[in-house]
Amino acid sequence: MSRIGVFVCHCGENISATVDVAKVAEEASKLPGVVHSVDYKYMCSDPGQTLVKEAIKEHNLTGVVVAACSPRMHEPTFRKACAQAGLNPYLSEMANVREHCSWVHEKSEQTTQKAFDVVRTMVSKASNNAALEPIKVPVTKRALVVGGGVAGIQAALDIANTGHKVILVERSPSIGGHMAQLSETFPTLDCSQCILTPRMVEVAQHPNITLYTHSEVESVDGFIGNFHVKIRKKARSLDEDLCTGCGLCTTKCPQKKIPSEFEQLLGTRPAIYTPFPQAVPNKPVIDRDNCTFYKTGKCKICEIVCPTKAIRFDQEDTILEVEIGAIVLATGFDVKHSDFFPEYGKGKYKDVIDGLQFERLASASGPTQGMIRRPSDGQIPKKIVFIACAGSRDPAKGIEYCSKICCMYTAKHAMLYKHKVHDGEAHVFYMDIRAGGKMYEEFVRRAIVEDHVNYTRGRVSTIYELDGKLIVKGADTLLGAQSVEIEADMVVLATAGVASEGSEDLAQKMHVSYDQHKFFAEAHPKLKPVETNTGGIFLAGACQTTRDIPDSVAMASGAAVKVAALFSSDLLTREPIVARVNRIPGPSHSTCVGCFLCQPVCPYQAIEREDIKDRAGNIIKSLARINEGLCQGCGTCVALCRSKSIDLLGYTDNQMHGEVLSVLEEAFV
Amino acid sequence: MKLGIYPGCSLTGSARDYNESVFAIAKACDIQLEQVPDWNCCGATAAHNMNKELSLSLPARILAQAEKAGLTDIVIPCAACYSRLMVTQHELNNDPVLKNRISEIIEMDFKGTTNILNVVQMIDLYVSPVLKEKIVKNFSHKVACYYGCLMVRPYKVLQYDQHEDPQGMDNVIRLLGGTAIDWGYKVECCGAGLTMSKTEIVGMLSGKIVKDAARRGAQAIVVACPMCHSNLDMRRPAINEYIGEKMDIPVIYITQAIGLALGIDEKTLGLQRHFVPVKMAEYIPPVPESKKQKAKEPTNTI
Repeated sequence: MSRIGVFVCHCGENISATVDVAKVAEEASKLPGVVHSVDYKYMCSDPGQTLVKEAIKEHNLTGVVVAACSPRMHEPTFRKACAQAGLNPYLSEMANVREHCSWVHEKSEQTTQKAFDVVRTMVSKASNNAALEPIKVPVTKRALVVGGGVAGIQAALDIANTGHKVILVERSPSIGGHMAQLSETFPTLDCSQCILTPRMVEVAQHPNITLYTHSEVESVDGFIGNFHVKIRKKARSLDEDLCTGCGLCTTKCPQKKIPSEFEQLLGTRPAIYTPFPQAVPNKPVIDRDNCTFYKTGKCKICEIVCPTKAIRFDQEDTILEVEIGAIVLATGFDVKHSDFFPEYGKGKYKDVIDGLQFERLASASGPTQGMIRRPSDGQIPKKIVFIACAGSRDPAKGIEYCSKICCMYTAKHAMLYKHKVHDGEAHVFYMDIRAGGKMYEEFVRRAIVEDHVNYTRGRVSTIYELDGKLIVKGADTLLGAQSVEIEADMVVLATAGVASEGSEDLAQKMHVSYDQHKFFAEAHPKLKPVETNTGGIFLAGACQTTRDIPDSVAMASGAAVKVAALFSSDLLTREPIVARVNRIPGPSHSTCVGCFLCQPVCPYQAIEREDIKDRAGNIIKSLARINEGLCQGCGTCVALCRSKSIDLLGYTDNQMHGEVLSVLEEAFV
Repeated sequence: MKLGIYPGCSLTGSARDYNESVFAIAKACDIQLEQVPDWNCCGATAAHNMNKELSLSLPARILAQAEKAGLTDIVIPCAACYSRLMVTQHELNNDPVLKNRISEIIEMDFKGTTNILNVVQMIDLYVSPVLKEKIVKNFSHKVACYYGCLMVRPYKVLQYDQHEDPQGMDNVIRLLGGTAIDWGYKVECCGAGLTMSKTEIVGMLSGKIVKDAARRGAQAIVVACPMCHSNLDMRRPAINEYIGEKMDIPVIYITQAIGLALGIDEKTLGLQRHFVPVKMAEYIPPVPESKKQKAKEPTNTI
């Protein structure tokens, strides 16, 4: 006969305000198998845990039910407490009477009754529980970082510097990300490339980092400590070992007018190209969609001029298979552009550009060598209007959130413009100035006070072209919503930051959850910002939400520490919640009939064939066997098994049946 | 093809020309238009400024009448009526309690299942597909399509077109062989109901619209709303006073433009009823100021 202890928590007033906790404890004491039942203000506190521990010893308990919050909050706490008192931790259960009861119901007798029903159910479960031992699995001490922007670079370097191997995968031909495109950075106005390129070079030279650019993650299998990852290395169309990066091919390529992605379509590039001069690795790639040879079968000029004969037109994508222990996602963000703003004439008027395009115009390495020239005719604009919150904080556009970085970069843009065009006029339309951060507010003030940028609080309703000028119509809400009309030469939209293209696909490959805007979801918004709900996969930078450089770098270092902690021991402890095929004495050995229908449904390829042999080595019977290292405890095989031969440890058929009967008990009274 | 039609007050009064042209093109494209029986006022601006239940009851009764008569699709040429009926159907379908209350008031069963079309939606669905074979004379004019406020807003209720840069009429004009210009006042306010109480404000607001269309070389302003039409057409004296110059640019309904392309005579389309004479072929738009300047002095290039 089991000896169960029930511990009902008040959770301050969270539970006791709507549930009569004393009554629940009293009623619970009358349940069969319950030998001890108490209530206490904070069960998770030290004295609360001591109550549990002492009761285990005093009453020689064989099971514990804590009626409190969700097991996601405190199950580990009470399991540990049980273990300290000498009780197998898997004999303890949480009855969730907070999230599932007190928080969602009004104070009433029914609420108390429901809380008791939940407790009764878990008492039934606890009396059928069996002791389990945690599973130990080995850890592969090699990390994968996906995305080679500043966050990915930082995470890769930090992990590599702890002495572990890192594979960095970047889908574009060079690492660097958006930061490589920026001209200057706020709030210090230091050159973005100048501070980033040393890090890029460090990545390339680091003995612990293997860099795969122009590559994408193809698939991910396995689990924390033991991921099996396939990486598609897209054909660069050249032999990277032979190529010296001399760049002769790029100067001789006859296709020269392809809009450059790196220049945000404001500049051009050839069909064989390196995205920018400081690219890492400095090896070109052939854009097969635009290459004359791939289109017409003739040309091959790059092959002729290449001094090392490195061009390989027939190169194919290769798939690399690697074993990985931990993954850091750092896939960054994109900015909204194209036809998102019909009212602002985006896509219709050449001189309405987005923030990233302005970065390229202001960059010394950009298409205008750092001169601010408008795209339509190359003239220097004498009046620029900057529109903050273009799309952000606008439910009508489907983006409710603040993109966070725009207030700062708009102030920076206006400042850079004033520094370059002294007689120019810069106007900023804003909703609120959100300049929270070290030296941020001071930076915005500097733009207004020292650089005479005109800030107007209000929204722009429409932009149209008239006689070569862009007429910007807006309101000044600080002057009683008075309408404002500005004849501008160029307009810069601080468009909303959104999740990078393909992030949804990647999240599904990784089994990582994401929000409605396709940003990856952290495990806890405050306390686990770099973890995901999938063990061993961490987040860094703007793939979680739009972030500026300091935040991205800090988060990347945070993720790196998590990886290093995971790699600090050789064995990883896993929950013993795995499926198991039953075994009984011969001659049948198991109720498993060896149909192996469970094999194809297992999402983790954890089901193996086991042959039972007699002494002569003849096979008597074939059984399914579950690899405990691979099994994730999803239970799919349990549901499918025709002979009911598989049980999920911790959630056996017998235990679940007991729970269900206990729920129904009341209904049949 | 049979469609219901709710004309509202203006199509039987100040916008008879609109009504005539809607029926004329419907006839030419084999669309039978059947009036909602025993219809009443939609409540217009007055009702929803005074009493919410009244402003919902009036349109609800019209829709209930249409439902009773078995008219599943109704076209509403007047943009204001269209807006009132759409808002009512949207609000009542999202609030069952209010729906019951309004049903009690109008003493009729209101289901809220009618498919409400504005005139451009009717054209898109039933006129555009047959246009190619029926056009006798291309409408080869350069025009400014003016949408105003109620035909495209609020987007949440109407779910129609790009409300900040609508394209519905522009596309129809292109189908007719005409050119729809890109201009700045497509969805700006014409002054609407202030036409009675504050005519000078209508003169200013409509004046800006007329001026921009004319200076960009449009030969006509194309509308689909009786209120817009009367402000841009009937209030031309006030507009001229605001601009300080006599503006000759005519204002026509989209249905009249289609009618002209279909070869329907001007009288059947009601073109003789306009205050600003519609002589599309003879009207020469003013030369844009920028071009005047360009003719005078060569531009400097840096």
